Amino acid sequence: MLGRSLLKQATPAIRSVAAKRTISSSRIALSDKLFVHRDTPDNNVNVRFEFTPENLERAKEIMAKYPPQYKKAAIMPLLDLGQRQLGWTSLPVMNAVAKMVEVPPMRVYEVATFYTMYNREPVGKYFLQLCTTTPCQLCGSTEILKTIESHLGIKVGETTKDGKFTLVEVECAGACVNAPVLAVNDDYYEDLTPETTIKVLDSFKTGKPLNAGPQSGRHTCEPKGGLTSLTGEPTGPGFGVRPDL
Amino acid sequence: MAMLQSTKALLTSTRSSSLAAKTAIRAFATAAPVNPAIPPARTTFGNLSDEDRIFTNIYSRHDFRLKGALKRGDWYKTKEILLKGHDWILNEMKESGLRGRGGAGFPSGLKWSFMNKPSDGRPRYLVVNADEGEPGTCKDREIMRGDPHKLVEGCLVAGRAMNANAAYIYIRGEFYNEASNLQIAIDEAYKNGLIGKNACGSGYDFDIYIHRGGGAYICGEETALIESIEGKAGKPRLKPPFPADVGLFGCPTTVANVETVAVAPTILRRGGKWFAGFGRPRNSGTKLFCISGHVNNPCTVEEEMSIPLKELIDRHCGGVKGGWDNLLGIIPGGSSVPVLPREICDDVLMDFDALRDVQSGLGTAAVIVMDKSTDIVQAISRLSAFYKHESCGQCTPCREGTSWLANMMTRFEAGLARPREIDMIEELSREIEGHTICALGDAAAWPVQGLIRHFRPELEARMAQFRQETQAQAQASA
Repeated sequence: MLGRSLLKQATPAIRSVAAKRTISSSRIALSDKLFVHRDTPDNNVNVRFEFTPENLERAKEIMAKYPPQYKKAAIMPLLDLGQRQLGWTSLPVMNAVAKMVEVPPMRVYEVATFYTMYNREPVGKYFLQLCTTTPCQLCGSTEILKTIESHLGIKVGETTKDGKFTLVEVECAGACVNAPVLAVNDDYYEDLTPETTIKVLDSFKTGKPLNAGPQSGRHTCEPKGGLTSLTGEPTGPGFGVRPDL
Repeated sequence: MAMLQSTKALLTSTRSSSLAAKTAIRAFATAAPVNPAIPPARTTFGNLSDEDRIFTNIYSRHDFRLKGALKRGDWYKTKEILLKGHDWILNEMKESGLRGRGGAGFPSGLKWSFMNKPSDGRPRYLVVNADEGEPGTCKDREIMRGDPHKLVEGCLVAGRAMNANAAYIYIRGEFYNEASNLQIAIDEAYKNGLIGKNACGSGYDFDIYIHRGGGAYICGEETALIESIEGKAGKPRLKPPFPADVGLFGCPTTVANVETVAVAPTILRRGGKWFAGFGRPRNSGTKLFCISGHVNNPCTVEEEMSIPLKELIDRHCGGVKGGWDNLLGIIPGGSSVPVLPREICDDVLMDFDALRDVQSGLGTAAVIVMDKSTDIVQAISRLSAFYKHESCGQCTPCREGTSWLANMMTRFEAGLARPREIDMIEELSREIEGHTICALGDAAAWPVQGLIRHFRPELEARMAQFRQETQAQAQASA
């Protein structure tokens, strides 16, 4: 009773938090993106897409990895190949993959919508994926997010006007010891601070990207205060090997 | 009469002997006999020496390629190991006491032995789980980019132990550079005849393939991972049938973590006894620990199992930021296990049994440290949001429950709730736990349960504060 009467009188800010309580009929939000396809001029069945000859060679290599009666297993690597060629995974890419592995297109759509790494909308040249899960959050990823947003003038999920950068939040990138982590396309930029984040972004703007890896002077995941283990040369072959081998 | 007497005598004699047996059992229970053959158990653990570390290149300070790997002792006498046969390998693995390093901690020797049924003509597969996505965990990444040959060699010997025909290594899609290092290692191994036809000249054929994932945490679950390799959405399968019967492409399959597989060659070379000599009984071996969060020097380090948590942090990470007294809580094994408050962290040992006894778990040994500046409710709420995002949507309790958990936790962050809702969220988490096909439901429930178990006063205080503030505002506006 008391709570309800309080809410009635509460400030708009509190009311917006409270609004989350109501049961809403939202779409199934398992992914960040819309599941259904909407035709756009550059994303409809009539747009032509074909793998380049080099990529067809690669596709052959990929399909050789799996048993011949399970061609379907190649869907994921082939979608990745298509995405690397076009820059994103459009409907024609999915259809081309379906044709290649001889399955109904729906089987490919199922896969492309389930996994988060297939971008079903065009993204910028540099795809910024900032990890904001707890270990990164503890080390200041919220601050990094604000820095990127203000420096590039975009919000999460948006692309800059020049088409260079797209920013998304991702779940754990798997480099927690080097938190906070920003993945730019395939490379990880680690140990970020707001200052080094700006440096990294600027280096992409000028077309001379900084080296990936920790931006704090660390080599990889060793303690930054100096090694506490593996200080000497590793032992050679035969060290400690049992006599009966 | 005589007969009766003799029966009586018989009766009394049996009674007295049974009495003797009883007292003997009692004596057993009160004082354990001293067996001079068994040396006294070790009581202190930790401070592993460099020469006992298995992963000698996790910091990528040396060459990861074949030349460097040979120099560090990989691929040494692999042929001899393969020629010893699967029984010998399985026995050594059982003797080493290695438990799976992916989180569940199932004895590896036993798991691998499930594959050795008489062949029914189907191929057998080893699948290596390199879909490392558990928040806090980043050990497999270092193995794959620094010591990829350990993994390749591990695949070969583990494959030999289960008579597998091929191995698929499932790497999460984000690890592009790591997958590329591993591919280089595999290509080198093929080129030098270490794997492929007649691997290492042992007469055994074995192939290794890499399959890159597409960014789904759920694919770290073994059956979801199998589905994903088969080119489908990663939705876990019901068990049974277990993968050892019907797994990848309908064939017998064993799924093992990268670290489990990569330590195998060294265990076999140096002997199961050597590995079993580290850590407490049933928790033996060495382990990669990833310490992240509020420590002075976050790092990944290989240490002995059963090392005290405090010593691990003080020795390798330069201590907690602001000193040990500034510690609020620690998640000891990746996001799925319940958080521990400072009092428990003071003397808990880092192994499967010790952490289970304090109602948490070793998981992947990813230690997430939180100091007193942390908003613990927000930290756990973020994990709930993570599980909401990563639920595959197959089982109703998990799909709906993770959303509920995340929504309620968001309100708890601000304190916008009543104290009785704490019990409601606890009950909700119990309804998710154990009612789903895979363990993601459990993993989503545990962090919330841990928060309630140890930080309930914090939650209540926040709600009281929120109520006070809104009351004050209401009065002011009236």
